[in-house]
Amino acid sequence: MKKRKHKLAEIVKIFNLEVISGKEFLKREVSGGYISDLLSDVMANSQKDNIWVTLQGHPNIVAVAKLKELAGIIIINRRKPDGETVKKAHEEGIPIMTSDLPAFELVGKLYESGISGTH
Amino acid sequence: MQSKILLQQNFEIKGGDFINAGESSIKIRNILKDIGIDSDIIRRVAIVAYEAEMNVVMYARHGKMHLYVYSNKILLKIEDRGQGIKDIDLAMQPGYSTATEEMREMGFGAGMGLPNIKKNSDVFNINSTIREGTKLEIKINLNNKNG
Repeated sequence: MKKRKHKLAEIVKIFNLEVISGKEFLKREVSGGYISDLLSDVMANSQKDNIWVTLQGHPNIVAVAKLKELAGIIIINRRKPDGETVKKAHEEGIPIMTSDLPAFELVGKLYESGISGTH
Repeated sequence: MQSKILLQQNFEIKGGDFINAGESSIKIRNILKDIGIDSDIIRRVAIVAYEAEMNVVMYARHGKMHLYVYSNKILLKIEDRGQGIKDIDLAMQPGYSTATEEMREMGFGAGMGLPNIKKNSDVFNINSTIREGTKLEIKINLNNKNG
């Protein structure tokens, strides 16, 4: 795997993601990725400007992404965020994207494209 | 050395309000960012404030978070009225949680909250009375790099 810097917009295009919120922030550059459905784990271990891959769609994911200054959130497996989540994401300026792929496939492809983990 | 208080703010936290959970922590982060606190310190305060706030939302009826910024440290005090903690030593163990099934499905209750708070604090105190509530006091030094 060769490390490459990606902007959110490129990730959206390459992996055919649907952008639910934060269209105006897709110029953000992604520093790497983190995958977890446990919020304390993401709080403890994600890094600034990471793309966060999760199946959670409730409003608290926005608080976590904001507090950790993550680049954005990808919700996997055809899941959609709650209405309240979308509202909060607009307020806080957090890009939320959705993918039809399960976590394993999506993360494999992200990794292949040059986005590495936190280690 | 006598330290000067630069800023003090209080935040109300409503137990059971999962929709607005995290907002007090975001406000604290924004305040610290505005006054130019070092980003590594902000990262630690954000983790501590978030975990403490979520504990109030999950396990108490009501709580207050007090932020004090001194010239040499940040102090967070969190007091709640709620069920309290039966065995603090047990609650401090990574992986131990009393979260409900519903909370776990939302990705809470990993048993990492209090350990994460301790790990990111320079001083951490916890007191709890069963069926009354819990008090946390957290200090994060601002002058780590010089000391």
